[in-house]
Amino acid sequence: MTEDIEAMIKLDWDISKKPYPPKVIKLASGESMVVREASREEVPVLLDAIRPLTTVSKDYYDVVAARMYSELLSWYRYRARNEFCLVGVVDGVLAGLVNNRHINEKEVWSHHTIALKRGGRVGAHLFAAKHEFSFEYLGAEKIYVVAESPIGFRRWMNEWRLVETGIQHELQGATAWVITRDAYLKDAKPRLVFGERPVPKDMLEQSKHLKLVTPDVLEEK
Amino acid sequence: MTKFGRHDDKSLMDLLVEASIKALEDAHAERARIDSVYVATMLAGELTHQTCVANALTDQLGLLPASAQRIENGTASGSSAIINAYQAVASGVCDTVLVTGGEKMRHAPAAEITDWISTMTHPTAEYIHGVTLPSLAAMFTRLYMERYGVTREHLAKVAVKNHENALKNPYAHIHQKITVEGIYKSPESEINNPVISDPIRLYDCCPVTDGAASTVLCSAEMAKKMSAKAIKIGGVGNATDPLAVCERKDPIVLNALKEAAARAFKMADLKPQDIDLAELHDAFEILEFAESEDAGFFEKGTAHEALENGVTSLTGEFPINPSGGLKARGHPVGATGVAQVVELTWQLRGEAGERQVRRARRGFCCNFAGFANNVSAIILEGE
Repeated sequence: MTEDIEAMIKLDWDISKKPYPPKVIKLASGESMVVREASREEVPVLLDAIRPLTTVSKDYYDVVAARMYSELLSWYRYRARNEFCLVGVVDGVLAGLVNNRHINEKEVWSHHTIALKRGGRVGAHLFAAKHEFSFEYLGAEKIYVVAESPIGFRRWMNEWRLVETGIQHELQGATAWVITRDAYLKDAKPRLVFGERPVPKDMLEQSKHLKLVTPDVLEEK
Repeated sequence: MTKFGRHDDKSLMDLLVEASIKALEDAHAERARIDSVYVATMLAGELTHQTCVANALTDQLGLLPASAQRIENGTASGSSAIINAYQAVASGVCDTVLVTGGEKMRHAPAAEITDWISTMTHPTAEYIHGVTLPSLAAMFTRLYMERYGVTREHLAKVAVKNHENALKNPYAHIHQKITVEGIYKSPESEINNPVISDPIRLYDCCPVTDGAASTVLCSAEMAKKMSAKAIKIGGVGNATDPLAVCERKDPIVLNALKEAAARAFKMADLKPQDIDLAELHDAFEILEFAESEDAGFFEKGTAHEALENGVTSLTGEFPINPSGGLKARGHPVGATGVAQVVELTWQLRGEAGERQVRRARRGFCCNFAGFANNVSAIILEGE
């Protein structure tokens, strides 16, 4: 009986899903950040990374971390549909993570971006990577974005030249802004999407053994 | 001085008190009476809603009934306070003066900070047209590039040098390694190092910083009494240039700096070649080149070659900004001029730790208000 109910409420991908090919980004420090898709099995480690941030009010880390915690946990426990997560990894250390949720084959809710390593534009590169995944590999036509912090608004709405829609985003908060596939390919991609493929084998292997360090925001003075 | 950076948990007064106590202890000032307290701050009232800060600091430090003055001279408030204190001691009006500069800025939105800083520009010829300090610096940089062959790579190398120096400075705001590849050569540098005001990019600009710095000035006789490791102020100079940059004969010649430096060198009876190191006002990295040239350390248009040859690195013949400069030590505007003097003092005493410059006997610093509208130069001499 329980199994039957579980089968009814269990959620997973119900649209065509392809893998994200990992890439390497050069940061301002000269360090290489591997950007790759996180596996469902890695979620407990990702939750450990996010948990301390759920009480940090600075720059709305608490709101973003709490919501992302819920989204990743839901994905892990099969309570979220069409959710993916990308991680940025520098020398084996988790530097940041992003997630999106596809509504259907063509439309996407942009979810969250968290930079654990601050000051190196890790978040900007990861935000670009998740949209690269949705548009170029998963066939999206439109991605709806909402900002929960002024920094996020400046980064995403202004830098990506998004257009206000008046549509209520599923994350609540302000209304969603949109980027279309056409705008992504013609305007955003040449300016904002970078990275080299393939990732050297040893670097990719190192990125699969995630190490956690205290997020910068908890140590900043 | 305090650690420079972001101090959400401290008020401006907390920072001023912390820096002052360190300076008073360092100077063994308990053996003297502080006659006067000079406090440098540009935006205390505007950003922290506190005015009359000199009186408040004097009271908090238990230095009543010392005389107390606030000095506001834009981003050169710190050096102006030092020059005023120097004049008070040199004239015999005061024996011992505490000079503390500080600013608390990081809590304010960047646009608000940019706007307040822009109020240093000409109100009708510049400000009302939307001119900001980064936009002036961008035009200055563009002309420098065209006339002298300075490139974006040269600017990136200044930033890399100053970040490296700051990594050795525990008081610096920015402890971040950067590379020329990461901020200039790689395709990703378009994201890592975005345009602020073309051709100026993020890593060509100083950060917005909280912090305070403090020093004690006294007569030579008083210094002996206090048994402090005193450093001599050899010369000071302050000079001005037209407020509107467009009214200057040559917009990329820093006349106020030239004059201020000449006055300081004349007072110290020294020449630029007698100086071992400099702390310059690199609010924008192009200024490190322009200032080092117009102060007389290099021929005009050649400072970028000196950088390429390693002359201005920490181990070079003439290190510039061993502290990390405004670029990486940070720029709490009222504190900067005092912080430059504190850094030179540590260097001349041989107390600068990992960033110690070899054979540091004489140091030069300059501090700007506006876009070099009002410039102070100070020369310090060790024993």
